[in-house]
Amino acid sequence: MAARVKPKLAVWKFASCDGCQLSLLDCEDELLAVAGAVEIANFPEASRAVVKGPYDISLVEGSITTPHDAERIHQVRRASNFLITIGACATAGGIQALRNFKDVRDFTSVVYATPQYISTLNKSTPIVDHVRVDYELHGCPINKHQLVEVLNAFLNGRRPAIPPHSVCTECKRQGIVCVMVAHGTPCLGPVTHAGCGALCPSYDRGCFGCYGPMESPNTASLARGWVQLGAKPPDLLRAFRSYNGYAEPFRRESEAHEEQNR
Amino acid sequence: MKNKTVKVDFLARVEGEGGLYVKLKGKTVADVKFRIFEPPRFFEAFMRGRDFREAPDITARICGICPVAYQMSACHAMENALGVMVGGQLRALRRLLYCGEWIESHTLHVYMLHAPDFLGYQDAIQLAKDHPDAVQRGLKLKKIGNEIVNLLGGREIHPINVRVGGFYKLPSRREFADLAERLKWARDAALETVRWVATLNFPDFQPDYLFVSLRHPDEYPFNEGRIVSNRGLDIDVRDYEKRFEEQHVEHSTSLHSVLTGSPPYCVGPIARYSLNFDRLPEPIQQVAREAGLGPVCKNPFQSIVVRSVETLYACEEALRIIAQYEPPESPAVKVEPHAASGCACTEAPRGSLYHRYRIDDRGNILDAKIVPPTSQNQNSIEQDLREFVTARINLPEAELQWQCEQAVRNYDPCISCSTHFLKLTIDRQ
Repeated sequence: MAARVKPKLAVWKFASCDGCQLSLLDCEDELLAVAGAVEIANFPEASRAVVKGPYDISLVEGSITTPHDAERIHQVRRASNFLITIGACATAGGIQALRNFKDVRDFTSVVYATPQYISTLNKSTPIVDHVRVDYELHGCPINKHQLVEVLNAFLNGRRPAIPPHSVCTECKRQGIVCVMVAHGTPCLGPVTHAGCGALCPSYDRGCFGCYGPMESPNTASLARGWVQLGAKPPDLLRAFRSYNGYAEPFRRESEAHEEQNR
Repeated sequence: MKNKTVKVDFLARVEGEGGLYVKLKGKTVADVKFRIFEPPRFFEAFMRGRDFREAPDITARICGICPVAYQMSACHAMENALGVMVGGQLRALRRLLYCGEWIESHTLHVYMLHAPDFLGYQDAIQLAKDHPDAVQRGLKLKKIGNEIVNLLGGREIHPINVRVGGFYKLPSRREFADLAERLKWARDAALETVRWVATLNFPDFQPDYLFVSLRHPDEYPFNEGRIVSNRGLDIDVRDYEKRFEEQHVEHSTSLHSVLTGSPPYCVGPIARYSLNFDRLPEPIQQVAREAGLGPVCKNPFQSIVVRSVETLYACEEALRIIAQYEPPESPAVKVEPHAASGCACTEAPRGSLYHRYRIDDRGNILDAKIVPPTSQNQNSIEQDLREFVTARINLPEAELQWQCEQAVRNYDPCISCSTHFLKLTIDRQ
């Protein structure tokens, strides 16, 4: 019997902090098993060896921010059977999408003395704005156990078991006392995508939305709840405009409070 | 005359995107460029207008490998601005959190990014086929570093429990009990790591470095100290910008940091170790000597030994902090904003990380300056390559290329960090 050919896995980086692909190396217990199940064909952070495409699964980290990257993502798409985006940068533009609300030329001159050396686009955009995406895994950073689940699902031809509900649901299920009701701490848990395990509330802190919007968030209603707790428009503007600020539901909500701020 | 180029488009086993370009004219190195093409992300610009309390979480997103370093420098800079002192057990817990990051980051580099070079493997997965015990030990050691960050920070990447003034929630003594048991294993594994890496072959290469690091009156430095060098620099962190400046060069999206009027300088493990050897506990000094290190280490390839020694120190220090832990009354010191500016420098695994902020009376950030370790090391990396290649100009192309890559990986460069920030091209003309 011929040996089964291992599926080829590639990891690609665009504008990002490397944290989401590091999640794969942080799977200390599973890493060698994953490496046994797939051929790691392109993963520059971990290996010098590069195997030519096409690739069965591509994990894409980071957002599109340069003309060159806007081209490169099409090459990645063409070389990939399944393309999975991982993390807030790849799925929503990331924290660097804060530039989308300002003039990027002003930004360049704040950071760089010679702005003409810098080639950058006006906006930081998610991968799905450029190419077809087969699956999006949210989080800043992603949850490594969810990453292993998504890989497992794609390798076995099934849907990933990633719940689309809110952090609030995860929090209730764990029996954590509601920080908003019990302590008056503003929390984005009711509108934020589950996946972290309600981490912040379990540390006596309000959720700050690093997993982005859940599937059907009522952001306006939550904003009213925040106002009752004493939040002001600048607080709401900043709360919705952060790690996933360019994701549609959060963007609309922050723009509403920007109006009030004027 | 034979002209050649050595080119590495995508440097592997580093965090972020960069390359190398070395141009040779006959027997001389005409040009060296450590290229950084990581897309710029403009943190210093979009920090403007954010609340001062957001700085630790936002700047953590500069780097997924060393988020704790960003959180520590941001917190200390804000506290410096607002005249807040965080002492006692809260200060000790911050050291503990940093121990966790040093253990996971150093162990990642030692086993997964650097060791494969010395042993001739493309990556740690290949290495694991022939040296399964070593790689398993590395993974388990790294995991224990991550467990510290997890327990105290909530998660290993971008922890959520750090705030200006301290923490959101304090761990209990009971939660530390299990961790202490595993840390004892980690201490033994770290010692084995030092002995293992000491057996590697190191190229004979000892540049005359200008080392820069924090130095504290009685501790191996994490969060506090004066900025010192091996050539007489000894300044308060507040005077950093009077002595160091950032330059913008065409081949890099990372600013190059220079010490005014001085040759390139080096930050990171070998600098920190060489400037603070006397601050290591005597038994760890002894382990370092047995591993072939003197009190000063100028061979950048031996940085793998220094990282292992620092990992051992971090395990010991973590155990010490846990043994002496008594939960303080409050998880954080209260911090109220007023118009102010402040700065701080802490020791990230890869070297000194400087933050400076100015805030208004409501606590809005007016401007921010962040100088990561890798931007400080770029000139030193290029100088190393120039010197290294000159002595090895006759090596076959593929070997020269690999050794050049290794010379860059000596620095554990974090490119994502320094782009505010690699590609090897060797051009023989």
